[in-house]
Formats: sequence, C-alpha cells, structure tokens
Amino acid sequence: MHWEVVWNNMDYFLIGAYPEGPLGGLAMGILLAIGGIFGAFWLGLFFGLMRISSKPWLKYPAMVYIEIVRGTPLLMVIFWFYFLAPILLGHTLPEATSALISFIVFTSAYIAEIVRAGILALPKGQMEAARGTGLNHFQAMRYIILPQALRNMIPSFVNQFVSLTKDTSLAYIIGVNELTRAATQVNNRTLIAPTEIFLTIAVLYFIVCYVLTSFSRRLEKHLARYQARGR
Amino acid sequence: MNYQFDWKLVLTGEYGQWLIDGLIVTLKISAVSIFFSLIVGTIIAVFRLSKVKPLEWFSLAYTEFFRNTPLLVQIFFWYFGSDAVLPKAVNEWLYQQDFEFAAGVIALTVYTSAFIAEEIRSGINSIPKNQLEASRACGLSFIQAMSYVILPQAFRIIIPPLISQFLNLTKNSSLVMTIGVMELTYMARQIESYTFHGFEAFTAATVIYIAISLTISLLVNLYNKYFLRNLKY
Repeated sequence: MHWEVVWNNMDYFLIGAYPEGPLGGLAMGILLAIGGIFGAFWLGLFFGLMRISSKPWLKYPAMVYIEIVRGTPLLMVIFWFYFLAPILLGHTLPEATSALISFIVFTSAYIAEIVRAGILALPKGQMEAARGTGLNHFQAMRYIILPQALRNMIPSFVNQFVSLTKDTSLAYIIGVNELTRAATQVNNRTLIAPTEIFLTIAVLYFIVCYVLTSFSRRLEKHLARYQARGR
Repeated sequence: MNYQFDWKLVLTGEYGQWLIDGLIVTLKISAVSIFFSLIVGTIIAVFRLSKVKPLEWFSLAYTEFFRNTPLLVQIFFWYFGSDAVLPKAVNEWLYQQDFEFAAGVIALTVYTSAFIAEEIRSGINSIPKNQLEASRACGLSFIQAMSYVILPQAFRIIIPPLISQFLNLTKNSSLVMTIGVMELTYMARQIESYTFHGFEAFTAATVIYIAISLTISLLVNLYNKYFLRNLKY
C-alpha cells in the first residue's frame, strides 16, 4: 500500500492549489453544492408554487418542467448546458459556472416537489383561517403557509443538499477542478495507488455527507414537535 | 445564434444506430444491476433485522457508507482500485470479460443496494411484528419466516419506491460512460465529438431517458391505483 501518495496530496484534495492557484478539491465541491442549493431553493420554490396553483397556465408548465428534469440524468443536464451555452450566448461559459447552472436547474425540480409536498402537508384549515382573517391569497401564502411549510421542509432540504454534494463529483466530467478531478489527476500522475486514493476521497465525501445526514435526522425529530396538524 | 440544426444526421444512419446501440447497453447494464442490487439489498436488509450484532453493524456500516459517497467515486474505485479488494481469481476472471461493464455493474449494484436495503427494511418494519412472532411460533425458522411470510408481504408494499430506485439506477447508469462503457450518454457524447451536433444528440438521448422514466412512473401510478388501494393490515 502507498498511503504516502494520499498523505502528500491531502492539501490538494481538500483545497486544491488554493493560496497559490485556483480553489479546488473538496472545498470547491462544497462551494458548488452551497451555491447550487441556494439557487435551486429560489427556483424550486417558484416552480413548486406554480405546481400547486389552480390555474392551468401556471400548473402545467411547472409540471412539464419538473417531470422532464426529474426524468433526465444529471449528467445529461450538465452536458446540455455545457454544449447549449455557447450556442445561446455565443461564447463559452467557465466550466464551474456551467456546472453550477446545471446543478441549480437539476436540483430545483426536486426542491419544487419538496415544496409542493410541504405545502400540501399543512392542514387546509391554515389557509382557510388565513383567508378568513382577510388576508389575500398571496399574503396568506407569504405570512402563514410558507413560514410553517418551509420550516417543516428543512430536513428535506438538508437531504437534497447531501445528494447535491455527492453530485458535485459529476462536475469532473466537464473539467471542474473539484475533489473527484483532483483524485483522478493524482491517480494519473502516480499510477501506483488507485485503491488508496479513491478510498480516501470516498471517505472525505462520506464525512461531509454523514455529518449532514445525522444533522438532518436530529432536526427532523426536533421540528416534528412544532408541526400544525389537521384533525 | 447561427447554429444549423441537423436532426436527420443524428437520428438516422450510422449515428442513429449508435444511439440505439447505446440504449441497448443502458438497458442491459440497468437490468443486470437491478437484478443484483435487489438480491444484495434484500440480504443487507435482512442482516439489519437479524438481531445478530455483527451482521447488524455490517449492514448499518454498508448502508451508511455507500449511501453517503458519490456514485462516480465508487465507479472509479471499482474500476481502478478493485485489485486490492477483490480476490485475485475474481479479478483475473473479470479482466477476461468486459471489465468496464463489470466494474460498472459492481458500482451500480453496491450503490443502489444500499438504498434498496433501506426501502426493504422499512417495508419489513411496516409488517406488524406479530406476523413474525406467529410464524416463528408455527415452527418456521427465522429465514423461513422471512422468505415465506414477511418478505412476500413487504415486497408488495415497497414495489413503488423500489421501482423509483430502479429508475434512479437507470439514470445513474449514465455515469458509467466515464469508464468507457458505451451506453446512451457515451454514444451521445461520441456523436457530439464526431459531428459537433451535440445539441441534437443530447436532445435525442434526453428524450429517450425521459421516455423510459415516464413509462415506468405511469406503470407505478397504475399499480398504486389498482393494487395498493385495498391493502390493509
């Protein structure tokens, strides 16, 4: 076994060539995931609200969007943006930006479903009571429904964040310098320790994801106490 | 936007054939991986409920570890680093076969079986405990009680989530292009590099993927509607 290969490249796995060169490695992956989840939250909220609307011209486009994105592998979405951007914009996007947009688009469809489920899980009386006190539909959504629904959705968001963190490894394919790419670079350079290298980065991803998953489980238990229930 | 769309080039002739070949490999690798992941997933789930501590811990570690690491890394691990983990004879044998395909199947199986194990476990847990107690009292062993009484009932409940795992597996199988398995995404990529008509090639591949997943979700919905409706315990 050649664990020294892993040990000598540990800083490259964690932050890339950062102080001297561009950020990379695990830090880049996490950064992409954070950017992705924030972007996807807003886009997903938008599509989720469209999806539960009773107006067909809002509902069906959202449904088509969600079904198409959820039926497509993430890899396909990444390729799409990578090859579509030059056609639409006339110039190439940086790989990281292109990957980030793909992550946002892909995750937003899943977030839209979470939002929809979260809102539908609230008892109907909440909306009726809010409308009854004189709020209009938008106000009732904004001040009564969403604050409760979003709080209940936090664990699902964390889970989505975990799977996005795992999915950032796919950015490797279009050449974003994150952990998986760092690992293949080191592997191609050294050639003697593939098992050690890939085991190490699997463990690195595992640590990040496992901490988040356990956090989300605890959160779920904690938040379950505050949920409004129907009778 | 001065891009000339040329659907005919991509969808017919040699390149169209490539897409079909790719689709066949995608279906093949998915089917093989589904088969194995179902078996492995069931075993892992039964381990978890077996009340034998080492088996329980193994199952817990297995599900937690493989669910929390990216599939791509697992694919690379089995492709580049399987020497150190698999027995030498197995590796020799795999090298003689289609090794890319085998590594892809192993990675997809291991990854998906961890998810499937959790589904099956929750399915088994949803069967009332006295079913197991009653069958043990009838004189069945743990394995017999599981395979004749509990699992047949559990599987019926978890068919919808199980199928959505299979669907995920089919989508995830696009990742094995990175180690050179010539499946649908690989072929789309290939057409892109031969013709520079990436847009059409990826659209065609995407449509195929969506068609697969929509067909299967439709079947699941029908199943939910007609078979699961009357299920009560």
